[in-house]
Amino acid sequence: MYKVRLWSVRRSRFMEGLYNTVNPAIIAVLKGITKVFGKKLDKPITAAEAGLKGFLFDCQMCGNCALSKTGMSCPMNCPKTIRNGPCGGVRPNGMCEVKPEMRCVWVAAWDGASRMKDGDAIKSIDFAVDHREKGTSTWLKLAREELAEDAK
Amino acid sequence: MIEEIQDAETLGTNPGDPLPQLPGHVSHGRFERVLRAGHFAVTTEIAPPDSADPDEVLTRASLFDGYVDAINATDGSGAHCHMSSLAVCAILTRAGYSPILQISCRDRNRIAIQGDTLGAAALGVCNALCLSGDDVGAGDHPEAKPVFDFDSVSLTRTLRVLRDESRFLSGRKLDLAPKLFIGSSINPFVPPIANRADQLAKKIEAGAEYIQSQYCFDMDVLKDFMSKAVDMGLTEKAYILIGVGVLPSARTAKWMRANVPGVHIPDNIIKRLEGADKPLREGRNICVEIMQQLKETAGVSGVHVMAYRQEKWVKDVVKRSGVLDGRVPWSPETEELN
Repeated sequence: MYKVRLWSVRRSRFMEGLYNTVNPAIIAVLKGITKVFGKKLDKPITAAEAGLKGFLFDCQMCGNCALSKTGMSCPMNCPKTIRNGPCGGVRPNGMCEVKPEMRCVWVAAWDGASRMKDGDAIKSIDFAVDHREKGTSTWLKLAREELAEDAK
Repeated sequence: MIEEIQDAETLGTNPGDPLPQLPGHVSHGRFERVLRAGHFAVTTEIAPPDSADPDEVLTRASLFDGYVDAINATDGSGAHCHMSSLAVCAILTRAGYSPILQISCRDRNRIAIQGDTLGAAALGVCNALCLSGDDVGAGDHPEAKPVFDFDSVSLTRTLRVLRDESRFLSGRKLDLAPKLFIGSSINPFVPPIANRADQLAKKIEAGAEYIQSQYCFDMDVLKDFMSKAVDMGLTEKAYILIGVGVLPSARTAKWMRANVPGVHIPDNIIKRLEGADKPLREGRNICVEIMQQLKETAGVSGVHVMAYRQEKWVKDVVKRSGVLDGRVPWSPETEELN
């Protein structure tokens, strides 16, 4: 939802804190679930992630989540899906060139990042999205990466 | 090697033949030579024809002879269909010109873009400009599918991988890397203005060696931006060329401001055009004045003259501005004189 999305960016610092506390717990639970159930619960877990992040950020489930590096403003809501924005077409009032009724997601991103502890992460380059991961859960990806790391 | 280089400098080479690559240079191109030699560079933009006629390209390019160091071939600018930038560049290199291949992310994915980049270098293109591109909705085919597999930053990095690591993104090796001088764009005049220098830093980190900006009609904003860029050491890492434009009337200026994404024209410029007896002349005066101020601005390495439908005036404004300091950029004519 657009209004909730703007709210999340305004509270980017709170969201960052929430993410930093809750995320490790989610990953730990998902590691446990993966150990017991394998991939059997992937569908409901992915749906839960899509539901929650969809509500808070209008998440598009690109599978390459960068929210913590983009001021809690999801770059996939940019009509050009720019990952290192903004483009040069932003309107003088900070609204999107393509959708004049929408605040530029990258104006929001730099604004959100300015309030975050690790806001400088926005200055690092986010290379193009891996389109194979569209629709997949970033949480499960992180959990499984950690499991693979643990197994080493 | 040195003799060969001196010969090339004094005698020129056959149009279409690559110049020797100078030590410390990344391309064979004349544009890179001008910038690295410390000259104030002038580039412009060619409007690609809505035609399959190659002569039309050469006719349009000849308007700039002797006054510009490189010619940008736009890639479906404003999301309108025209002759492709790759084809325009190939025609121009055959006549000896130094074109800049504009690559937009709107119409092609990473497979097509990497292939076209190799093709462009094979056709003698020495410069590429990485752009995100205008949205399809801005053009004459709003029903088209926007691609945007890359953005300008990822595109810039990809070209650096092709050139510097001599491989595709997949890792597959190239037999010969494309020797391109790689640039990108910046618009310091629209929000988030406070972060535009940070974004410039990102583009340079991605690998941009030169930058061409959006139209500058507001020197105050530009000076703030440039002083940040100088403080951040960015002007040591990349050549910054600032875009300038020729406005034919107050009406056009207002229309551009309202309808062309990213164009910022302050009210005082519009008032000047409204109050002028000869607005066309005043528009050129404004352009000349801004060019002269840019030449004196720390960190600015050149100007990029965008004069859509005003191309015949490019020579005039460059000449009157004096930014070339009497230098005469290469053209097929100077070639003949040699």
